Amino acid sequence: MSTDTTHAHASSPTRVYYVIFAVLLVCTYLTWQVAYFDLGRLNTVAALVIAGVKASLVVWFFMHARSGPRLTLVIALGALLWLAILLALTAGDYLTR
Amino acid sequence: MSSHAHGALAHQFDDLDQQREVASLGMWIFLATEVLFFGGLFLVYSVYRSWYPQAFAAASHELIVWAGTLNTVVLITSSLTVVLAVHAAQSGRRRTLVVMLLATIVLGCVFLGVKAFEYRSEYLEHHVPGMGFQFEPDYFLHAQIFFSLYFIMTGLHAVHMIIGLAIMSVMVWMSSRGDITPEYYNPIEVSGLYWHFVDIVWIFLFPLLYLIGRHVH
Repeated sequence: MSTDTTHAHASSPTRVYYVIFAVLLVCTYLTWQVAYFDLGRLNTVAALVIAGVKASLVVWFFMHARSGPRLTLVIALGALLWLAILLALTAGDYLTR
Repeated sequence: MSSHAHGALAHQFDDLDQQREVASLGMWIFLATEVLFFGGLFLVYSVYRSWYPQAFAAASHELIVWAGTLNTVVLITSSLTVVLAVHAAQSGRRRTLVVMLLATIVLGCVFLGVKAFEYRSEYLEHHVPGMGFQFEPDYFLHAQIFFSLYFIMTGLHAVHMIIGLAIMSVMVWMSSRGDITPEYYNPIEVSGLYWHFVDIVWIFLFPLLYLIGRHVH
């Protein structure tokens, strides 16, 4: 953690949190509204992309992945890798029947 | 206060920084296992939804969108209060820390209250899978798969919320006792990581359960 308060600007850390909070609210509004437009298959894509952006913002700023040790990112990406294996191998079976 | 903080250092660690990194790394590893825990359910959801898209859309329509949206906002707000609590702990503002933790608990309870309201209305509308289930005949069978997944996924998420509330209650107790200092705030940070993860799960549950095929009707 690089958050030595003597180095950081007095108000900047919490300001980032409020900005991210606002962006998350906007994304929630977007995901809710976009569902009412007929985009075909893109509806699901849009929902997942917006959710992915929101999750990334939470991980990066709220869970301090950006300032934490590199090992943290390795763990987070490792989780995604295993999840991808789980989804890809199963999809390879079910979607090709 | 520094002697107190020094007492927080367990003997197997060189210093407080190392101890803090180990604590948060442990939580990250636990959360990685949680990703796969919930991942299994998202997988089952994906397979069944690809098989029965119309039934899933029809069943999803029966959920209360405003309640799901409200709960998304409530959880995002609680993530903000948690991160502000961590910041208050880092900078040694005990009062702000306790207030933010209490705000988090209140928001968590609001979330569960809304969820209980939804479960109740779904029960009253006979949307709980099983013998009392009622739905339009075309989708009767496969809508039950959707509702099974809905109750299991949101139920498991709610269990995580309840555990999170218990953890946050302990954090309030520790904070008001003065156990949390700028040198030793690992418990707040680690609890915060868990809380944010539970928020992230909901960020995916919300569009996948509530917003399927909303444009149709």
